[in-house]
Amino acid sequence: MTAKARYERPLIKKLESNMPNKFGLRTEFEPLTHIDGVSVDSLIADYGSPVFVLSEQKIRSKFKAARQAFETRYPRVQFAWSYKTNYLSAVCNVFHQEGSWAEVVSGFEYDKAIRHGVDGSYIIFNGPDKTEEDLRKAITNNSLIHIDHLDELYMIQDIARETKQKPKVAIRVNMDTGIYPMWDRFGFNYENGQAWDALNKIMFSGLLELVGLHTHIGTFMLSPNAYAIAASKLANLAQRVQQKYSHEINYIDMGGGFSSRNTLKGAYLPGTDTNPSIDEFAEAITSALMNSEYRPKTPPLLILETGRALIDEAGYLLGSVIANKRLSDGRRATILDVGVNLLFTSFWYDHKITPAQEFTSYTEDTVIYGPLCMNIDVVRENVSLPLLNKGDKVVIHYVGAYNMTQWMQFITLRPNVVMVDLDGKPHLIRKNESIDSIENLEEIPTHLSHFEL
Amino acid sequence: MKNNKKLTIAVTGLNAIDSPGPGVSVIRGLLEAKSFDCRIIGLAYESLEPGIYMHDLVDKTYHIPYPSAGTEALYNRLMYIHEKEKLDLVIPNFDAELYSFIKLAGKLKQSGIHSFLPTLEQFEARQKVNLPEFGKKFNIHVPQSKAVYSSAEIFSLEQEYGWPLVIKGKYYDASLVYNSDQAATAFNKISARWGLPIIVQQFIHGTEYNVTGLGDGNGNTIAAVPMRKQYITDKGKAWGGITITDQKALDLTAHFLKSTKWRGAFELELMKNKAGEYYLLEINPRIPAWIYLAVGVGQNIPEALTKLALDWPTEAFTSYEAGKMFIRYAWDMIVDLNEFQQISTHGEL
Amino acid sequence: MKIKNNIAVSDNGFIFNPASGESFTVNQVGLDILNLLRKGEKQETIIQQLSEKYQADKAVIERDLSDFQAMIKQYHLIQNEE
Repeated sequence: MTAKARYERPLIKKLESNMPNKFGLRTEFEPLTHIDGVSVDSLIADYGSPVFVLSEQKIRSKFKAARQAFETRYPRVQFAWSYKTNYLSAVCNVFHQEGSWAEVVSGFEYDKAIRHGVDGSYIIFNGPDKTEEDLRKAITNNSLIHIDHLDELYMIQDIARETKQKPKVAIRVNMDTGIYPMWDRFGFNYENGQAWDALNKIMFSGLLELVGLHTHIGTFMLSPNAYAIAASKLANLAQRVQQKYSHEINYIDMGGGFSSRNTLKGAYLPGTDTNPSIDEFAEAITSALMNSEYRPKTPPLLILETGRALIDEAGYLLGSVIANKRLSDGRRATILDVGVNLLFTSFWYDHKITPAQEFTSYTEDTVIYGPLCMNIDVVRENVSLPLLNKGDKVVIHYVGAYNMTQWMQFITLRPNVVMVDLDGKPHLIRKNESIDSIENLEEIPTHLSHFEL
Repeated sequence: MKNNKKLTIAVTGLNAIDSPGPGVSVIRGLLEAKSFDCRIIGLAYESLEPGIYMHDLVDKTYHIPYPSAGTEALYNRLMYIHEKEKLDLVIPNFDAELYSFIKLAGKLKQSGIHSFLPTLEQFEARQKVNLPEFGKKFNIHVPQSKAVYSSAEIFSLEQEYGWPLVIKGKYYDASLVYNSDQAATAFNKISARWGLPIIVQQFIHGTEYNVTGLGDGNGNTIAAVPMRKQYITDKGKAWGGITITDQKALDLTAHFLKSTKWRGAFELELMKNKAGEYYLLEINPRIPAWIYLAVGVGQNIPEALTKLALDWPTEAFTSYEAGKMFIRYAWDMIVDLNEFQQISTHGEL
Repeated sequence: MKIKNNIAVSDNGFIFNPASGESFTVNQVGLDILNLLRKGEKQETIIQQLSEKYQADKAVIERDLSDFQAMIKQYHLIQNEE
């Protein structure tokens, strides 16, 4: 018997007589069948569908490239891994092995960093919500506390007075860098003098050791120049502190916010083409620092809390087609077992989706829905994809940032997370949840434990 | 003297329709070149672009992917075409595709495909959002404008700029408004379509002039022809125009080229107010659709651009005939369905 | 279900409806179906023939076939619109 041909569902497409329209659809049918040498099929066979897959090789090479981009331009550079971006322990430890400090924004993340074995003095503690207990711990551990508001400053001073310790602090500064929206809810404003005021309070009190200045100007930034403006403003503050108090700060922390290769919704050209590279950000920041008037004996350490740009591209989400259907207006819809519960970032990106098997060049415009019983569960509003069948596998790209921290446990459970090591060997780094992982936390009052129907 | 080698030149913008792409006019210039012979490869996005079917002008046409597919897809397609046709040069003619071609220019050159495009910095500097800074930096009058993020910001500008105002999208779309209600409506309409920011521009009363030309990238003017539109379609496109002698417009063009070291072809949209001062409204970083007028009055810009791209010695044009007109007309071709089928299903014709 | 007689179907999957002036493209499976419909083959025969040629369950083919038929009906390519 001769081998049968591969089946593809029948397709008829009307030839629309369009004139060149500036907004043609992206076609993404180039299949991705393997991740670091491991086949998508075997990953799904071994770990189920859906499954998150992280490439250790991609994380390390991206990190090395970023470090090189800054170190070739500036003498003293330190990265601090942004826990909120992805705090799976295996991921954090890859970054710590590469030399990253830890940057945390809550007591939970702080404890996680300590558990990973990060020395307290290499933990940067950011964020508006630090409890008194958190602060006491951070002060005792010699961590770097980035003050967000005056109430926090006063609390730290009280603890310092009481415990006769000298906390190491920086202030977070917000500012106008010409971008919109301006993030002015975190930290102290530069333009209206709040930041300078806070610095004076710290220096006058004598209770705290001012070690640095911090800013974090926004998220998914597409303008390197905004960082140049931010860096000059921080350098200006450092210079004023030096002039007035003869005090040199140890570091300038430029925060994070560099864009990854994802494509923002509404963008015409794909993010892989237009988003600035890490070198462009590095060039903007380091030249602004070196061109500033601030001339201390030792140049301040430049700290970067880059998260997304280092991890996004290392993450893949593998899923399967649950069903195809046709909507009332004739459009094709495809339902995946992956939805916004796992892919929070699909609210702001047009995630790249590719099939995991070969297809002909025929494509169809398709809406991609997730599996939730919820109208907003849309992964892509419109994408041109090959003719996927039920059970076909797909790969969603650039999902390493935020999805594994912002995922929700809504009507279903979180799946396995796998990391492929440098030798192409997959490791389970977070086990899928079971009904027990959720129910073990619940308690049923005795009077509610029985019912009859 | 003619070069012996027959060049193969790929050209986009074959949509010679009522809001025409420049491709067909560019091709006419290339075919009339005195310094070389060439065969033309058309690059089209859609199957109904008229140039595809003009076999006396275009030797073969290939579909190329939309810019939104990314540079990699475009590069792969161009390499496929290059393998078959051995391209010497590519002339992209759409605003929307320029970014991708500029990004790919280096890679294409390595494969032997030349181009002569502005640098990415020049391309970005002339974006509408950056025009005020551009004017300041190069000491060129531009209408006052500001990028705004809320319609409330418009009202703070009305006193400074006066009515009417021009409300523009970041890349496309513009409307002229005469009061705050209209301004708010335009803001909402354009921002819903093209996103923020919206550009609010001072309206300059006067007469519009256009200059097309070519810069060699070292600050020299290779070509410059000023034109006044005589008839404008409801889509805002010139349907007739006339070359003029206007030293001020030419001086401004030379100053623009000298100070920006502009590389490649361009079109300047200028407004001359009652006091006789020129304002630069927009810089289009490519050949305009009316380029054949420049060819017709003695400045074959497509030919000169080709020579610059290939590093051939290229002399600057120093004169042109003033008082020559172009009058555009539509022409119905008879096309066999087989041809349409061929380009639609195979992407080649 | 039968395809209108005047519909031109070329070997490479280009379809032209001279009555409406509309044109379409189909992929290989779609082309096979159109040719079978044109011969006046019955539903069961079409499913049988496709399942012999292609690697797919009859159930899958049947489901896709009815979706495809709904589309060609919507495009008015069917004789006396059943």
